[in-house]
Amino acid sequence: MILVPALLTVMLAFTDWDGVSMPVWLGLENFRDLLNDITFWRAIFNNVKWTIIFLTVPMAIALVVASLLLTRRRSQSVYQSIFLLPYILSPIANASIWSNMIFDQRSGVLGYFSRHLLPLHDPLGHVSTALYTVASVDIWHFWGYLAVVFFAAMRQVPTEQLEAAYLEGAGGWQIFRHITLPNILPTIALMFVMVTIFSFLTFDYVFLMTGGGPAHSTELLSTLAYGFAFRSFEVGKATAVALFMSVFGLMAAYAYVWMSRESLQQ
Amino acid sequence: MIRTDPRPALLARLLLGLMVLVSLAPLLLVVINAFKSHADIVENPLSLPHSLAWMNFKAAWTGGNFSVGVVNSVLLTGTTVLVTVAFGALAAFPLARRRIVIWKLVTLYFLCSVTVPIQLFLFPMYFLYARLGLIGNVFATALIIAAINLPLSIMLLRTYILTIPTELDDAAFIDGASPWQTFRYVILPLMKPGCVTVAVIVSLNTWNEFLITSTFQQGDAGFTMTLGYHAMAGAMSPDLGIMMAGACIVIVPIIAFFLFLQRLFIDGMTAGAVKG
Repeated sequence: MILVPALLTVMLAFTDWDGVSMPVWLGLENFRDLLNDITFWRAIFNNVKWTIIFLTVPMAIALVVASLLLTRRRSQSVYQSIFLLPYILSPIANASIWSNMIFDQRSGVLGYFSRHLLPLHDPLGHVSTALYTVASVDIWHFWGYLAVVFFAAMRQVPTEQLEAAYLEGAGGWQIFRHITLPNILPTIALMFVMVTIFSFLTFDYVFLMTGGGPAHSTELLSTLAYGFAFRSFEVGKATAVALFMSVFGLMAAYAYVWMSRESLQQ
Repeated sequence: MIRTDPRPALLARLLLGLMVLVSLAPLLLVVINAFKSHADIVENPLSLPHSLAWMNFKAAWTGGNFSVGVVNSVLLTGTTVLVTVAFGALAAFPLARRRIVIWKLVTLYFLCSVTVPIQLFLFPMYFLYARLGLIGNVFATALIIAAINLPLSIMLLRTYILTIPTELDDAAFIDGASPWQTFRYVILPLMKPGCVTVAVIVSLNTWNEFLITSTFQQGDAGFTMTLGYHAMAGAMSPDLGIMMAGACIVIVPIIAFFLFLQRLFIDGMTAGAVKG
């Protein structure tokens, strides 16, 4: 029941289909086309870059902020709510706020600065900076979630261990390194897998802010697939791209199951 | 942790303050510019508004077609939540209570369904829906979003049921309750907090969902609030004051909802990610 539609979808990747008429069997031609398409390679490369950025920058910010929150006993819940605000807002609103109020040359804060202080380009309009710019907006929206998760995990660290370390004269860094970090490692591992999976699926911010441009410099597998399906009506090819995305995600999922094989036994 | 040295505390406060500024500044920009005219914004996006005039909001309400959007957003979110919680709870019960040998396999299957990109089935699904005339039908779209939310919801609800002692099931069994009665009168009332958490997270996801909603809810009549805003913002020469007022209309209800139910949000987000 579940397998049949899934297999039908996978089979689409081997056809030429415009969405309306009967699909025409092509064999491996879609894949051959893709492998010869420089934009496809660029999209994969951008996805890898995106994954590396998201596995480091928001993770580091979230870990630091979560450990700082532990020291603020009365205000921690207020901080948590503030950090989560960007996360709970819709990507449409967030992307439009950043594009129009901050990056835009005419109406944004950057435009204002470049008129009055020093000339700055719209970082979204440049091939060399566009990907990092979109990634920073996505990080702005996402890191609070990680911080809240890490913070919740850190609060589960047994107090006896912390007190013992404190009494033995361990400093803040030593406590973090030898007690907090090992205790929250399962949570970090899970977030690593989640971030990897979502990095290969990511779509909203890139599609909304640059649409994959300028000159495909922010093209990801997801935006590429979307373009194939709804701009050039090559649904078969779009499905082939989506299959590639699944492969990366499945690898991450497999890694996770392998890592948590013990806790799954119960 | 007891800290006596005041310097780390000061540094912590400074860093946290900086992150607060980074998180809030763009949102503050929206609020102040929602009360300004387009010309004022282009002149200086950082200036404070001259007056608290609500014209922009009125124009945004009609420009974003929000009276239609509100109804669609509520219907879409409501249907998705109902379907997800109902099917999620029903699926979680046997998964938690029976000794399922293939539990590992089921987990793997759910995990795969989270991993699989929406794009894989989005395109064929779209053309199928188009042929069936379901494009723009909120209830049909809600089914897709519910299906996407189900795996994680089932996992969450299953862990929730695992915390309910099996002795209660046994007692119900001895009293002659059928599995359905056990579920309906014993488990369901006890797992209500879990259902509420799932409902809150799913409603947030649905309200903010972009890819599926924008693909399947085409045409003005099917627009949700966020899609109405998207259409307004994408117009040829948008008035930024009106646009920011529209952004306010879109984000303020979510912020209110979030602040009101914070605890549930945070529980829902951390559940599953944190063991304990």
